[in-house]
Order: sequence, then C-alpha cells, then structure tokens
Amino acid sequence: MSTNHLTVEVVSPERLVYSGEATMVITRTIRGGEVAFLPGHAPFLGALEENHTRVFLVGGQVEDLAVHGGFVEVSNNTVSILSDNAELGSTIDVERARLAKERAEERLRHEHDAEVASALGRAHARLTAAGVSL
Amino acid sequence: MAGGQERILRGRIRSMQATKKITRAMELIAASRIVKAQQRVQAAVPYSERITEVVKDLAASGGNTNSPLLAGRDEIKTTCYVVLTADRGLCGGYNAGAQRAAEGEIKADVLAGKGYEIIPVGRKAESYFRFRGYNMGRSFGGFSDNPGYADAKEIGQHVIELYTSGQVDRVELVYTRFISAGSQEVVLRPLVPLSKDTVAGGDGRPAGAGEGASSSYEFEPESDAIFDALLPRYVEARMYAALLNAAASEHAFRQRAMKSATDNADDLIRNLSIIMNRARQDSITTEIMEIVSGAEALGSGDQMDTWMVDLDLGTGFDQRSVRL
Repeated sequence: MSTNHLTVEVVSPERLVYSGEATMVITRTIRGGEVAFLPGHAPFLGALEENHTRVFLVGGQVEDLAVHGGFVEVSNNTVSILSDNAELGSTIDVERARLAKERAEERLRHEHDAEVASALGRAHARLTAAGVSL
Repeated sequence: MAGGQERILRGRIRSMQATKKITRAMELIAASRIVKAQQRVQAAVPYSERITEVVKDLAASGGNTNSPLLAGRDEIKTTCYVVLTADRGLCGGYNAGAQRAAEGEIKADVLAGKGYEIIPVGRKAESYFRFRGYNMGRSFGGFSDNPGYADAKEIGQHVIELYTSGQVDRVELVYTRFISAGSQEVVLRPLVPLSKDTVAGGDGRPAGAGEGASSSYEFEPESDAIFDALLPRYVEARMYAALLNAAASEHAFRQRAMKSATDNADDLIRNLSIIMNRARQDSITTEIMEIVSGAEALGSGDQMDTWMVDLDLGTGFDQRSVRL
C-alpha cells in the first residue's frame, strides 16, 4: 500500500456506497467540527454528524457525498465511513432536498422539534453535497 | 354412463394444469429472488465487517466501557426470543422450522421456571404463537421477503429498549441461516447483551485477528460517547444480517416447495390422463358393442353381409362410417 494515498470506503448497511483512492478526506464529527484526514493520519475513531463529506481523489477530482450520521474509522491509511445512510452527490435529487429544506425551515419557525431539525440537517447535507450553494 | 366419468377426469386434469402453472410461476419467481436476496446478503457484508472491526478496536483500546449493552446480567429471569419467519406460507418447512426451534427453547425456559417473551417477526410466527396462547410482545411483519435496514433498525431499537428497561434479561434471535441455495439451517443466536465472544463470533467471518496491534486511537467525541452510539448500530447491523439471511432462506425454501409441487402436479396429470384415456376407450368399446348387438337384433340373420352404420364416437373423433 502506497503511503501517500488513503483508501476510502463509504459503506451503508445495504451496500458499499463508494470506494476509491484519495489524497484527502474531509468530514464532520459530532462536537469536533470539520476534520480532514491526510495520508499517515493517526488512528482515529469518530461519530459523525449529518454532513457534506468531500473525498479528494488521487486524480484531482472531488467526490461529494451526503453522509447522514455514522462513524469514521481511520487506521493504516484506510478511511472507513460507516453510515446508516450515505449518498453520492451526483445521485441526489436537488429539487426534493430543496423542498424538504423549505418545509423543515417553515416548521422550525413555529416550534422546535428535534426530528425536524435533523431533517433540516439532512437537507443541508444533501444540497451542499449536490453542489448547491445555500 | 362412462362418458360422465371421462368429463369429471377431464375437469380434474384441467384444474391440475392450472395449479401447476401457478406453482411453476411461484417457483420461477422464488428462484429469481434467491439470487437477488443473496446479493443483498453479500452487499451487507462490508458494513457488518467494518462495524465489527470498529467495535473490536474500540473495545480493545477504549477498555473502560460499561455500556449496559455489554454487561450481561447475573440472573437471567426473562428471555426474549425474536423469531424470524415469513409473512406467507407455501414455503415448505421454513416457518415450522424456526417456530419449532423457538418453541423448544421456550418450553425449556418454562420448565426451568423462567419467563419469556416472543417478538414474532413475520405474520406466520405471529399467528402461530398467538393461536397457541404464548406470551407475545410487539410483533413486526410485512417485509419478510424483502427487508430493509429501516425494518432492522426498528426491531433493534425495540429490543434494546426492552433490554435496557429491564423487562428482559437477554435477547435471542431465532432465524434460518442461508448457507447456500441448497442448504439452510435454523440457528439460535444471542443478540443482546453483547459479550466479548458475541462480538468475536458474529454473523460475518471471524475478523482478521490482531492485525496491526490495536493501536491507541484518537476519539472524537470521547470513546464512551462513541461506544454508546456504536453498539445500537452494531445490534441493528446484526439484526439486518439475520433478516437478509432469513429472506434468502425463505425464497430458497419456497422455490424447493414449489418445485416439488410442480413435479407432483406433473405426476398427477400423467396418471389422470392414463385413467381418462382408459375410460374413454371403455366408453367407445361399449358403444360399439351396443351398436353391433342392436344391428344384429335388427337383421333377421340371412342378410349378415354389410351394414353401414353411422357412429358418433364423441370428442376426438369425426363422425365416421364403420364397416361392420
């Protein structure tokens, strides 16, 4: 295994969402904020928030993913993201996410509800992963 | 009349053929679903392997975890059985296998003076245990042939809730493990609490032992918080793996059952056709006999040479002249 690459795997219970070789991975942990992993990163275990995860591929492209919670484990230059639900940016239905976001914002104006808040978080993660500026 | 019997047989053959068409279609459907279900089992492997690894790594380096899900209870008073069966029948001994295994365990528990609670998953298990008056908790159903992760999550959360609230002291999973299209077995697996060897001997293969010497991890947030969030996911992942296995087994059982039903229908049709042909031949023979004897009675005996007689030999034959 080359030392200047990271092997990235994003898995959900139902399938392997993404796997590839990358030079950097940025994701967001609960309470830790955004965190970037470079090759040679120390072993790391984190719980993830709903976020827009960016995988900087070896070829220079960036793979965007919406990751809805889960865990990240880094060891031996392997980044594994385990998530109940993760989507590739290219497969996201932008219109639907936008509607979901508006609906959630509308409801949050009246009352605070944890479920609605997390729906908003999901919509945000989806939209940013799909490359829509908020 | 012999013709009546022939008609009855013909009707039976026709209905048998219709049944055969149905069982044949079900067989083909099940066969195609086995492949899909198998792929889903395969697709779930990376996640369950990873999460098992993470749990192991965490347990190895976190150390001081005293999550309720890990600590077994000293005294087991009540055991919860999660029994996975199909929603529908027509799948041979599939449902009966899991139900019987669970029933055996429960009877042993009752004899030992312990409590139990059944969580039936799949409508067949629910009606089976309800009919027999067993002590049932919440039941799940409607997804047995194509379970999603959301279903596993719901069951997992319910079970964890039962355990942490102290209603039950352990949770056992009864399901049919899919080994190959030709062989499946009913297994009983502990689900909660997770012991060290539960983690080691899970549904996946045993993880690569001691690879890279459990190095000290950085945690974010702290290890206990991760552990608390991780263990329920782990239970759900195992639940999901069991559901997928059960679904694949269900399709395999159904395919086998429907194949033998189709073969059986073939046999019956063949036998009935033979009987029907014989009956038809009999009735034709009888008719000829009647006509011949009628003709003989008419003829005064001196002009025995040629009579042209029209015979209606019924279906399958044209009206035809027979020279007697």
